[in-house]
Amino acid sequence: MAKFEKANSVGEWLDQRLNLTAFNKVMMTEYWIPKDINFLWAMGVLLATTFGILIISGIFLMMYYKPDIHLAFDSVNYTIMQEVKFGWLFRHMHAVAASVVFLIIYIHMFTGIYYGSYKQGREMIWISGMLLFMTFSAAGFSGYMLPWGQMSYWAAMVITNLFGGIPFIGDALVVWIRGDFNVADATLTRFFMLHVFLLPVVIMGIIALHFYTLRVPHVNNQDSEELDFDAEAEKYLSGNKKESKVIPFWPVFISKDLAVMGIFFIFYFYLVFFHYDFAMDPVNFDPADNMVTPTHIYPEWYFLWSYEVLRGSIFNVGSLKAGDIGLMAFGFANVIFLLLPFLDRDPKILPAHKRPKFFIWFWILMIDLIALTALGKLPPQGIFTYLGFVAMVSFILLFLSLPLITKSDAKKRGDV
Amino acid sequence: MSNETNRRDFIGYSFAAVAAVGGAAALVGMKQAWDPLPSVLAGGFTTVDLSTIKAGEPETFVWRGKPVFVLKKTSDMDQSKRDLIVGSDRFIIAIGLCTHLGCIPAWKKDVWKCACHGGEYNASAKNIFGPPPRPLDVPPFKLEGTKVVLGESSPEYKKIAAFVATEA
Repeated sequence: MAKFEKANSVGEWLDQRLNLTAFNKVMMTEYWIPKDINFLWAMGVLLATTFGILIISGIFLMMYYKPDIHLAFDSVNYTIMQEVKFGWLFRHMHAVAASVVFLIIYIHMFTGIYYGSYKQGREMIWISGMLLFMTFSAAGFSGYMLPWGQMSYWAAMVITNLFGGIPFIGDALVVWIRGDFNVADATLTRFFMLHVFLLPVVIMGIIALHFYTLRVPHVNNQDSEELDFDAEAEKYLSGNKKESKVIPFWPVFISKDLAVMGIFFIFYFYLVFFHYDFAMDPVNFDPADNMVTPTHIYPEWYFLWSYEVLRGSIFNVGSLKAGDIGLMAFGFANVIFLLLPFLDRDPKILPAHKRPKFFIWFWILMIDLIALTALGKLPPQGIFTYLGFVAMVSFILLFLSLPLITKSDAKKRGDV
Repeated sequence: MSNETNRRDFIGYSFAAVAAVGGAAALVGMKQAWDPLPSVLAGGFTTVDLSTIKAGEPETFVWRGKPVFVLKKTSDMDQSKRDLIVGSDRFIIAIGLCTHLGCIPAWKKDVWKCACHGGEYNASAKNIFGPPPRPLDVPPFKLEGTKVVLGESSPEYKKIAAFVATEA
């Protein structure tokens, strides 16, 4: 064992055993951030904070929530909302944060796409981020089910049914996932476990991975300029702060994050106190009933685009049924973002406004996702069915054409 | 030296073998822990008396927590190989969950219409419009006089299920 001197303070005692000074340098005071980044780069810290809110409010909700089909609905809508002091606040904070976290994830994601932050050297940041998006989606869905209202029940019904589309084992798999022939008590209890234990632990693990992946290639910047982080850090440490292109995360860069966070919190608590209902569907205030389907079911706003991709197909193609095509399109939509670093064939990292065709591609994608989201909320009737079909096909074509588009941009610049 | 390495390799391989067997056994156990419980499996029978059903007005029964539609066909409804013939009456027995994504379709005059995504099924439970990929599923049943026990297999059931499978 290393030789330990007598420590003169608690800090020193801890430093000898945990190497806190070195840890602090790596994570905070000598974690170098380019100066040239805008407020969109604050989304990471916002997400970490929102996740913290979800964990803490979730712990308080869990103290009165009962994962039993006979008790769940009342434990939320009566006990927590009426009896527990500030129970309503914890519920609304949890529900609103669950919704807002997806808004921030989407901003975070599309910032990355716009500035090319998923490219060469940063693939693992992107992939771990998309894994986080997937686990957040699973956590969002498993949590949505817990109040055991009508929308919860039928959301669980539809989502678990999706696994029935897998060839050969589909039907048996659905029964296995539910633990019953339909969505029942076994389903509720195991989704409770997933929501409050397994998925949060997995999320924390992937967050750690996501942070770690960032430390090797470092953060991208607005001009996608390649920085020599060691040389720039050297300049900063030698006192040449003005010339250095980097600043330490703590305490310098964090001040910008905190400013953005202040604005975010005003928005978030405005929603919590005055518009909490946007995260709560009225249908979910009817207790779950396995014998009555609500006339129009749809997911929360953040899943609408992929829901519309799922139901957008309306034609059979050869021996393929429309429903199966929808399932395949849905599978495509859920993995294709993960493959983005490999679909982009441009050898240079550049922001979208310096890649003319990619710039158009990016904004068409945004418009298409907004269109899918709007159509996902509308009932599938008349003209909406056809618009949905067009939006779904466009989504697939956009991704299939991405390698050609990015290559063509590079060719025009003379980089290929 | 090489002697030493071989001995350590042997220990390594032995451990790998033990771990593989143990890991596989654990996976089987974990898989089975999520299977439906015996009480769930045992509760899976429902008896329906066909003689009380009025022609042209389907009734819904609960079997394994799922709705099961039982329709006695009127004379002007189309006949299908899917019909269960009891005496001179024709019945349609189907699980009342849309084969698209599992909503419960409602009987509107002479078709089952699904409000969720617009799927439609005719009086023979065949999908005639919208996203459903196949006709409504047939629950296993056994005919006992004018009574039907849902949850038990029988030759009549197998014949109908085989026909529905070809139709899908």
